[in-house]
Amino acid sequence: MNIQDKVIEIITREQHLEAGIVKPESTFAELGIDSLDGVNILFALEQDFKIDIPDSIAQNMRSVSQVVDALTRVIEGKDVSDLVAMAKGENSTPAA
Amino acid sequence: MVRSVRRVAITGLGVFASTGKDVESFFSNLVNARSGIRRIAQWDPSTLSVQIAAEVPDYNPTDYFPLKRLDLLDRFSQFGLLAAREAMQSSGIEIAEEEKPRFGVVMGSGMGGAGTFDDGYFNLYAKHETRLHPFTIPKIMHNAATSQICMEYGAQGPALAIATACSSAGHAIGEAFHLIRFGMADLMLAGGSDAPITYGMLRSWESVRVLAMGNGDPGRACRPFSADREGMVLGEGAGVLLLEEWEHARKRGAKIYAEIAGYGMSSDASHITQPSIRGPVRAIRMALEEAEAKPEDVGYINAHGTGTRLNDATETQVVKEVFGDHARRLAISSTKSMHGHVMGATGAVELAATVMALQRGVIPPTANYTRADPECDLDYTPNQARETRVDVAISNSFAFGGLNAVLLVRRTN
Repeated sequence: MNIQDKVIEIITREQHLEAGIVKPESTFAELGIDSLDGVNILFALEQDFKIDIPDSIAQNMRSVSQVVDALTRVIEGKDVSDLVAMAKGENSTPAA
Repeated sequence: MVRSVRRVAITGLGVFASTGKDVESFFSNLVNARSGIRRIAQWDPSTLSVQIAAEVPDYNPTDYFPLKRLDLLDRFSQFGLLAAREAMQSSGIEIAEEEKPRFGVVMGSGMGGAGTFDDGYFNLYAKHETRLHPFTIPKIMHNAATSQICMEYGAQGPALAIATACSSAGHAIGEAFHLIRFGMADLMLAGGSDAPITYGMLRSWESVRVLAMGNGDPGRACRPFSADREGMVLGEGAGVLLLEEWEHARKRGAKIYAEIAGYGMSSDASHITQPSIRGPVRAIRMALEEAEAKPEDVGYINAHGTGTRLNDATETQVVKEVFGDHARRLAISSTKSMHGHVMGATGAVELAATVMALQRGVIPPTANYTRADPECDLDYTPNQARETRVDVAISNSFAFGGLNAVLLVRRTN
């Protein structure tokens, strides 16, 4: 299974959605994924892919395609610095 | 705002416990002296010396909640929500949007999300995982049940969680009563919920040496006030009451189950586990005073009655001290003999039983009573329910830590 399919499977499972709802082009907003859902999905991605996703990148993920892109680069050990710089000032993690 | 003293009606009742998943079956089982105490079924208890508890039987969370919702609900929040649902349904109330800032929630819990804690620590220490699930904190926090109930009903008024061990629900209901009484809210859902039947909790309680073994015959394990009593039995579940400002309830033609008229609380300030006499005495007197009731008015006491040597003997002395000669004429019972000690929910479950006793004119018994203890020489309504009209009743909660809560209710029909 490629990374994109696995990401879609994880989001579908964690959000308890029916198959086919999560698409490569879906945004988190369209899928009703809030900040707490977001950290849950991150946890599942880290567990299933056995990787660490830095908070600085995690905060900027807003869509399935962004997740797939970031994961692919983390897994392949590529440069992710532009993902950190993107959308600065916004924060998608929960406030205590 | 002018703060005046207002009357408060109980207009909704909800119970979700080992002895019944709704008030009707719960009370019917109590009246028939049917115990909810069994061998632990949620996990294998064979390595424990105490293998019994008052668990909610055949409980399947997906019968009540969608999966997405369940992700964020520890078992104690599930129970709290289920009891709140029954309280709301039984009240027949529809709360308008503009009333919701005057509608609040106070829930007690002794242990919070004990099961989520236990699972998390197992993953950390036994399975050597290095991360915990991100929902751990929102599930374990003591205010989770309060917040979940607020969200379910849009309650935007005063909301609190109370953790005073075995008195949590007593204090929660008392505080909610006063919020209405003194004008800060018109409607309050109040009670308690706990789900402490976890391996870690059982081991912790086991070492305090206050639990009844009763492994051969779980239903008879808890024998409050009986000479052969050997301890308490842990229970799980929830109780929730809808409290409503009196005129608000009258205007909408609500069924009023009872009036909550007095609340007393005190701290023993003496010992972290041993109960005192003077602390509970002051709490009962405070409740009587607020309700402007005389000791002779009280016809029934739903006792704290845990079934330990110490509690039951001390509580007996407390009752004698407050009620004098009348102590021998009033009926006492410990329904914990059947629903177990529901920890932070117990005061709510027991107040529900007390309110039903007033409503139906039937006092639920102390089950499993075998013979009199010279130190417990009052009328504990042994084994048989008793039909009798009661006008005023109190429900006692005396917690580890010496924090006492007493609620007084009055018959209204």
